Amino acid sequence: MHEMSIAENVLQIIEDTARAEGYTRVKAVWLEIGQLAGVEKESLRFCFDVVTRDSVAQDARLEIIETAGQGWCMECACNVAVTARYEPCPSCGSLQIQVTGGEEMRVKELEVE
Amino acid sequence: MMCTTCGCGIGQTLIAGHALQKPRKAGEALRFRVHNESATHAHPHDHTHAYNTIDFGAGPAGTHAPGMSQARMVKIERDILSKNNGYADENRRYFSGHGIFALNLVSSPGSGKTTLLVKTITALNGAQSLAVIEGDQQTDNDAARIRAAGAPALQINTGKGCHLDAHMVGQAMQRLGLRDDSLLLIENVGNLVCPASFDLGEAHKVVIFSVTEGEDKPLKYPDMFRAAGLMLLNKCDLLPHLDFDADLAVENARRVNPNIRVIRVSATSGEGLAEWLEWIKAGCHDAVAAKQ
Ligand SMILES: Nc1nc2c(ncn2[C@@H]2O[C@H](COP(=O)(O)OP(=O)(O)O)[C@@H](O)[C@H]2O)c(=O)[nH]1
Ligand SMILES: [Mg+2]
Ligand SMILES: [Zn+2]
Repeated sequence: MHEMSIAENVLQIIEDTARAEGYTRVKAVWLEIGQLAGVEKESLRFCFDVVTRDSVAQDARLEIIETAGQGWCMECACNVAVTARYEPCPSCGSLQIQVTGGEEMRVKELEVE
Repeated sequence: MMCTTCGCGIGQTLIAGHALQKPRKAGEALRFRVHNESATHAHPHDHTHAYNTIDFGAGPAGTHAPGMSQARMVKIERDILSKNNGYADENRRYFSGHGIFALNLVSSPGSGKTTLLVKTITALNGAQSLAVIEGDQQTDNDAARIRAAGAPALQINTGKGCHLDAHMVGQAMQRLGLRDDSLLLIENVGNLVCPASFDLGEAHKVVIFSVTEGEDKPLKYPDMFRAAGLMLLNKCDLLPHLDFDADLAVENARRVNPNIRVIRVSATSGEGLAEWLEWIKAGCHDAVAAKQ
């Protein structure tokens, strides 16, 4: 996934909420990014700094909460840790894995004033 | 100032050479222009007709409530792509309300999307009402190729942006003026990564994969092959001259997406195009039948 676009979408959400909530400055932003979402965190930080320049979120601190990749192996009928998509099941080698967690990309919370 | 996966950056998006309108405020209605034969076909570059009749409201408001200086927490809990998904839903509602079958064509640069579109338009030869939205970072060469083939086309230039999004497509739809019961072909920016995540409201993504690219492409870009309903294996006319293992390529695609439909084609020789046209015809038929 591409970080520039993600950063722009985050800023849009912040600006929308700024109108509704009536704040003028964002001090910190909490994002939840799944391990399997394919987001390069350092690149996202960099892009976030670029796109928020001259916005309500200029100089805001970016906190990234990483959620672990999880899946359901249909062969083993059990939950397994998934470190990368389309990888075989760590215990039985099956490719029939339904990803159940770790694909999140959410704006969770803001600290504003 | 670019993203690591595809090198995209911030750039100004242009639709038919005009700046993209500001995103609408949530909940604001999209208003579509009624199709006007002369506007779309005869004067694709005329800037006067109805282009600016859509009121998107004011841009980001500069308002702020006085006396709010205390720091506080605001819960958001919103999906980062929710904005795009909202626009995509609007586009999809419009398509289903008007019997429009919309396809999002995705591939690496040079796999043959535009050539295939030109061949498709020529083969349909007016039997199916259609329009094309072309996405490229720069130039309107592809839209010009489509118009030369006889179909209305609108070019979106994404600047440094590496994909089309649903808001751009919504605007392009309004400017094109889509007919009821028509086919809409959207050629995305050449990139197998980012367009996978941006729903445009289409019925299907169609991934074009050419035999000059390497059989393991589906494994390298699994998200795209998983998001696609149909894969066109293009440039099959070149197979006799290459080492490419077409069966392995198909097997790899099925490995990441067991349900993907595959048609082997050559935009140049015309091989397989009949099957592709049948697939389109069936989709158009279903879209009309399901019209709300
Ligand atoms: N041999 C062969 N060349 C093709 C075929 N389809 C497209 N091409 C060539 O591939 C190049 C890129 O095609 P284009 O349609 O511009 O690709 P796009 O970037 O995906 O839109 C052009 O030189 C085409 O002539 C095909 O089926 N066979
Ligand atoms: Mg093209
Ligand atoms: Zn297993």
